[in-house]
Amino acid sequence: MEQSLLELWKAIPASLQWLIWTLVKIVLIIAPLLLSVAYYTFAERKIIGFIQVRLGPTRVGPRGWLQPIADAVKLLFKEIIIPSGSNKVLFLIAPALAIAPALAAWAVIPFDVGLVLADINAGLLYVLALTSIGVYGVIIAGWASNSKYAFLGAMRLAAQIVSYELAMGFALVGVLIAAQSMNLQQIVLAQQGSILHWFWLPLLPLFMIYFISGVAETNRAPFDVAEGESEIVAGFHVEYSGMAFAIFFLAEYANMILISTLTVLLFLGGWLSPFQGIPVLEDWFAFVPGTIWLLLKIAFFAFVFLWLRATFPRYRYDQIMRLGWKVFIPITIVWLLVVGLAVVYQLPWWFD
Amino acid sequence: MKQIIKFFRSLFLLELFKGMGLTGRYLFKKKFTIQYPEETAPQSPRFRGLHALRRYPNGEERCIACKLCEAVCPALAITIEAEPRDDGSRRTTRYEIDLFKCIYCGFCEESCPVDSIVETRVYEYAFENRGENILTKERLLELGDLYEEQIAQDKAQDAKYR
Repeated sequence: MEQSLLELWKAIPASLQWLIWTLVKIVLIIAPLLLSVAYYTFAERKIIGFIQVRLGPTRVGPRGWLQPIADAVKLLFKEIIIPSGSNKVLFLIAPALAIAPALAAWAVIPFDVGLVLADINAGLLYVLALTSIGVYGVIIAGWASNSKYAFLGAMRLAAQIVSYELAMGFALVGVLIAAQSMNLQQIVLAQQGSILHWFWLPLLPLFMIYFISGVAETNRAPFDVAEGESEIVAGFHVEYSGMAFAIFFLAEYANMILISTLTVLLFLGGWLSPFQGIPVLEDWFAFVPGTIWLLLKIAFFAFVFLWLRATFPRYRYDQIMRLGWKVFIPITIVWLLVVGLAVVYQLPWWFD
Repeated sequence: MKQIIKFFRSLFLLELFKGMGLTGRYLFKKKFTIQYPEETAPQSPRFRGLHALRRYPNGEERCIACKLCEAVCPALAITIEAEPRDDGSRRTTRYEIDLFKCIYCGFCEESCPVDSIVETRVYEYAFENRGENILTKERLLELGDLYEEQIAQDKAQDAKYR
């Protein structure tokens, strides 16, 4: 049996083999991702519930663990209502445009040394480009719905994302200068040494700005003016129902996980063990695979997303703009200069 | 100087971290949620739920048709008709409470000179057909017989405050 399967595999032409193998790898990344997105929504309701001194969902399945499945099934069976006067094609394309980049960006994410789908040199650029495309889905959704609330939400989001993408881009430039590479694997490897060698310390302001801009970029609370339940109902996706709405939901949570992952890769040493360089502990924890460290760090930042949402009220629109343009961009520019000088003069410890 | 301190405080997000510390502590606090069908909230002996008419220990109904409850009812939910009974005592021939009108204020219970009409601790009830919302005299007496023990206990507990 095994023998014949192996022969069958060898009979397939090499190019087709490569295609199948890549597809398998994609499924291996996407399937756990979608599952974690589903359970991320569950975690959100639980954690926010706990912070608000209540229990969150407890009824569906043991301790509520089947809640996301129930939600998904409910959304699957609901009707997708297309509003009159909307642009049907764009209305239906928009959710796909929102989720595709959120998933495609995972192609360049390294999970361990060499454990990456596409080890391209311009990985960071690719991620930056794809996360920008995600905005189109939202803007098109807002415009195609033929609803003023959706339109207002889309307009707010467009302005917000444009301003925060600048700060985010500058923060990434800082990482580029420090790592001297655009390949995400090289960036992680450049942080090797110890927990103090990771880029969060020399690039602390950029690290904070990158994460906060990431929160704004995924329009999560406290930057969720694009949704703004209390002001514009649900913003860009008011008119969406059923699976079309579920896709937007999925895209938002996938983006949150993506931002957490990027933060970890760029500033917190990706798969590197936090005990690296510490004499005894390093040996004790040597058996833990890098992927586990990566997932733990991602989980922490995913938790911070929820923590932020449970803590802060929504920013006013003009305050968002002030923070983006008058605070973040000047700080990043100044810190770029600092990092540039440190690299040029090969500041010991990090850049020597 | 104050301006500068304020500037650095906001720059280092001090207050935001403080806020997150607070919510972080609440994450581990004991939760208030009561898992309803399995757990229920504690009730006061003065709880005002479904109504009941009580009897004396010898089986005689307490109500003497004074109609004070009917008069005091702010929602006009009580309807009483009365006639002298064969032995000459005043008794109700009809005593009905419309639960759709009732606001569970407890005035009827307070006004009753013989502790006849009471509101029990029962709050889990529902109607499936029209007309079931009207509690007839028979039904009220039935409820009174059913919950007499609890009612008497609650009355005894509350007696010193009345």
